[in-house]
Amino acid sequence: MPRSVLDESRIHPAIRERVAGHHAAIVQEVQGMTGYTAAELMVAAAAREIRDGDVVFVGMRLPLIAFVVAKNTHAPGAVGVFENGILRDTPARELLYTMSDGPNITGALSCLGMLECMALLQSGRVSLGFLGAAEVDRHGNLNSTEVRDASGRTIRLPGSGGACDIAALSQRFVALLDHRKFRLPEKVHYVTSPGFGASRTGRLAGGGPAAVITTRAVLRFSPAGEAYLHSHHPGTTVEEVLANTGWPLQVSPQVQPTPPPTRHELRAMRSYDRQGFWTR
Amino acid sequence: MKAKLVTLREAVERFVPDGASVALGLQLESMIPFAAGHEIIRQGKRDLTLVGPISDILFDQMIGAGCVRRVMAAWVGNVMMGSAYNFRRAIEEGVPNRVEMIDHTNFTLALALHAAALGVPFLPTHTAGGSDVAARNPDITEFEAPFTGETMRAVRAIVPDVTIVQAQRADPAGNAHVWGNLGVLPDAVHAARRVIVIAEEIVPSRVLASDPNRTVVPGFLVCAVAEVPCGAHPSPVQGCYNRDNAYYREYHEATRTRAQFEAWLHDWVMGPRDREAYLGRIGRARIDALKVRKRAWSARADFGN
Repeated sequence: MPRSVLDESRIHPAIRERVAGHHAAIVQEVQGMTGYTAAELMVAAAAREIRDGDVVFVGMRLPLIAFVVAKNTHAPGAVGVFENGILRDTPARELLYTMSDGPNITGALSCLGMLECMALLQSGRVSLGFLGAAEVDRHGNLNSTEVRDASGRTIRLPGSGGACDIAALSQRFVALLDHRKFRLPEKVHYVTSPGFGASRTGRLAGGGPAAVITTRAVLRFSPAGEAYLHSHHPGTTVEEVLANTGWPLQVSPQVQPTPPPTRHELRAMRSYDRQGFWTR
Repeated sequence: MKAKLVTLREAVERFVPDGASVALGLQLESMIPFAAGHEIIRQGKRDLTLVGPISDILFDQMIGAGCVRRVMAAWVGNVMMGSAYNFRRAIEEGVPNRVEMIDHTNFTLALALHAAALGVPFLPTHTAGGSDVAARNPDITEFEAPFTGETMRAVRAIVPDVTIVQAQRADPAGNAHVWGNLGVLPDAVHAARRVIVIAEEIVPSRVLASDPNRTVVPGFLVCAVAEVPCGAHPSPVQGCYNRDNAYYREYHEATRTRAQFEAWLHDWVMGPRDREAYLGRIGRARIDALKVRKRAWSARADFGN
């Protein structure tokens, strides 16, 4: 079974395999020191991006659990939107492996088509969207379509799905990925999902990226539309974050450690993903 | 009325010609017409254009089997596991043949089908601005919107030659009830030149007429309907069976190389004569384990007057 610490539903397995050992090391290291995994910290950080009453384009894997945590803690009024046509105002009763699994349909708020969900997005009524990606760059542009390997050969990834739509049209979006230098290049090889382009004024619609939550840190964006280091996860230093980022990352003068997950948040995620399928 | 109730074999023989554009897998991860896709492979169809949003691994299987010349989709892979190897081999190495990929987003694909359903040549949208998806897809172009002067993107209509629908139940005339997430199914049904319905069960017409809000497919648009129990396995059908998660993992492991895939194709598609033989191979115990355990009936709606 894939035990990924990321929202990687749209990421190539070749890349996953390359980082699998790295994941295991981080998971062990963080868990050994703190009693929670890097993925659990990422879930908690993602959950805190959800405000009560938000309409959230949820996505799968870690953000799905973040939605459950937020619903059960600080954001009971949040509504989840799934691009297959499902709206939910209660979390699914069982763990989901895909958004179209039975438990996501049973007890849903509404089951319609994709256009109804995309209509909510395009008309500006989706406050927050979550995305995974193979690459995220300096200006929050995301790539999940094609990357180059070390020899320069193109590796084809699955593609956008709804990612481009969520990035282009939600009021704000949050990306989650593994923090590795080759995953955070100065400029992505292909813009699947637009961030701030080359600058904040380059955006055509939607609010753009609000945060990038990685296995090491949380990045946010300056008024000019450039990513900066907002917080580093416990057990990771600013220097390690900078060394593993593909451009000279700006650091906030107020940079501090990412707050660890609370007991309440950990209970919410562990009672949902009991085996730790996505979070261990 | 001409009899539309046929076998799956006959439906594919008559209505999926070589070179056709075929829309399928329209509800994303659920209700994917795997039985129909496997029959298309068995009949050796060639040069197809596959149309769908998130196709999951049926597209990968059809590409690996050499049926496909072109894909118009937002995502091709294995939703649970990430990439799908046949798609990669086709795009990266031209194995077993070159496949042209026309990348869409879920929304632009839905709009392309909706445009065709409405009978208009394109629809406008704000999505995909500043993306390479829009920049590289010849069927998405920028234009200045009338009335407001905004820069928008126009998405060209897609008219599939045939849309293949997976339904919970249908009547012999092809009227079909579908429930759960609908994805782009309603758009693809109305967009297509022809519609094939694959149903878990064929029921009397009065069952359909008792609940017309659930009739997503009107029979007069349908050219063929076939009864194929478990026709969507390994994908789920709400109220019938759950997703066979192990299948997606096994497929991922068993198709890493071309030789492995050829063996897989022989064992699971070319070998079994039909769907019944396929299900026999999967095994009764495994199928039974996927059956719905806890019923959740909807309240009755009064359609009286």
